[in-house]
Amino acid sequence: MRVIVPVLTVLAVIVALWYAACIPMNVKGVLTEAERAGAEVNPPGAKDRRDLGAFGLVLGNSFAIPATWEQARPRLPAPHQVANELWNTTVMKKITSKRSLVYHGWVTLSATLLGFAIGTGLGILLAVGIVYSRVMDMSVMPWAIVSQTIPIIALAPMIIVVLYSIGVQGIIPKAIISAYLSFFPVVVGMVKGLRSPDAMQLDLLRTYYASSAQGFWKLRLPSSMPYLFTSLKIGIAASLVGAIVGELPTGAVAGLGARLLAGSYYGQTVQIWSALFAAAILAATLVAILSVIEQRVLKRMGMA
Amino acid sequence: MNNDTVIEAKDLDLVFETNDGPVEALRNVSLTINKGDFVSFIGPSGCGKTTFLRVMAALEQPTGGQITANGVSPEEARKSRAYGYVFQAAGLYPWRTIAGNIKLPLEIMGFSRQKQQESVNSVLQLVDLEGFGGKYPWQLSGGMQQRASIARALAFDADILLMDEPFGALDEIVRDHLNEQLLQLWRRTQKTIAFVTHSIPEAVYLSTKIVVMSPRPGRITDVIESPLPEDRPLEIRDSAEFIEVAHRVREGLRAGHVED
Repeated sequence: MRVIVPVLTVLAVIVALWYAACIPMNVKGVLTEAERAGAEVNPPGAKDRRDLGAFGLVLGNSFAIPATWEQARPRLPAPHQVANELWNTTVMKKITSKRSLVYHGWVTLSATLLGFAIGTGLGILLAVGIVYSRVMDMSVMPWAIVSQTIPIIALAPMIIVVLYSIGVQGIIPKAIISAYLSFFPVVVGMVKGLRSPDAMQLDLLRTYYASSAQGFWKLRLPSSMPYLFTSLKIGIAASLVGAIVGELPTGAVAGLGARLLAGSYYGQTVQIWSALFAAAILAATLVAILSVIEQRVLKRMGMA
Repeated sequence: MNNDTVIEAKDLDLVFETNDGPVEALRNVSLTINKGDFVSFIGPSGCGKTTFLRVMAALEQPTGGQITANGVSPEEARKSRAYGYVFQAAGLYPWRTIAGNIKLPLEIMGFSRQKQQESVNSVLQLVDLEGFGGKYPWQLSGGMQQRASIARALAFDADILLMDEPFGALDEIVRDHLNEQLLQLWRRTQKTIAFVTHSIPEAVYLSTKIVVMSPRPGRITDVIESPLPEDRPLEIRDSAEFIEVAHRVREGLRAGHVED
């Protein structure tokens, strides 16, 4: 109870602020519609209202407030509208339907998971190289850092175009953009993790005359696990962003990114917001799954 | 050098190059350790006692002089697994059980599974930890963890045990108990032990030979052959002989200090 009450309070405040924000955001549209339907609006005429502040309009037309939460195409949809849309496009639709968010979510998720696997594998390999080779440390690490300073939104179309020209399309380009975002936290985390054993631990292995492969498998790799999991949690969220961004420049017809794009083409704000929430829920679920695995593994390893 | 010599150091020098200029960690250090000796190294920090131990194990390279272990270079001796090294921290792997930790050197050295198990059983008995093989390090007290780390050093039957302040982080009562146990273990196994400490009673109680060192540059100022009998109950620390040896150690430490 001591946790639940504050958590619910914060949630309630957010929802209340959201509802409150809908009023000034949507009031102009509501008044235009109301006037067209024959209602008395103050001041009359969309032209006169244009230059008035939203708050002034709300004060003069308080009857319009409930309608700001019910518009078909609001500037800012109300929470229950987004929740309804989410419900209708997940539970109420067959998952094979082109309008089902489960279907679109799966398209994005499959690219995310593939990209995450590639990114994690690549990240671990690079980290091992960086830790064991001074040349790689000096040559690869700067490029890895530079790679993350380029905005992905600028790079994604080029990756897709280049891959398309060599005949690669479908899930692979999206997965590669995903991997591009997710390998970096894994490299940074694993380099730190593989270097985490202290001098005493390394000296102990030297007194056994252990090979560096033995040092890797028996000491460095197990020691790096807490760092790996932290990186994986950042990496999987980045992977999802990558997959969504990868869907934007191609005009893809399926995936959460495609839903966002279609929503913005047709002014379907409710659809945009529900796709955004679907992405957030998906990311939260993926991170939560990793957290559970992390807890189990680290507990078993006596490191939690 | 006769057959009983285990460590033979002659005129060892070791200079570390640091940003503040060279530091003489060891100067002109000569010492012979015989088979079955229990040698303590005592002195203030910076006197080179740990460095000397590390040179014996080929964890540091001397910049001058010679050292042999079992008649060969320390590097060679390490290759033939002559050293069991115990550090100040137990350094057990949290993801391995106590038995798993003791098996670590055995796995690295390629012992058979059966040999590993036999070894684990016998060393757990030596350090009085029978029945704890299946426990994880966090389930054990600090003193028990340190005993487990000694067991790990004993597991592959190295004949030289190098101990770098192994009980430094433990409280007095646990320390007394472990000192007593260590003496028993030494007598039973006939190992050669080099033991770094900065506790005078610990050094006098344990050793057959006490090496007093002093800093800047790190050097040996006195080597005391202990007159105490092999059999040493804890009460021996109140005897006149014990107090006399302790006094001589203290004098040696003070003499090294005055020169600064």
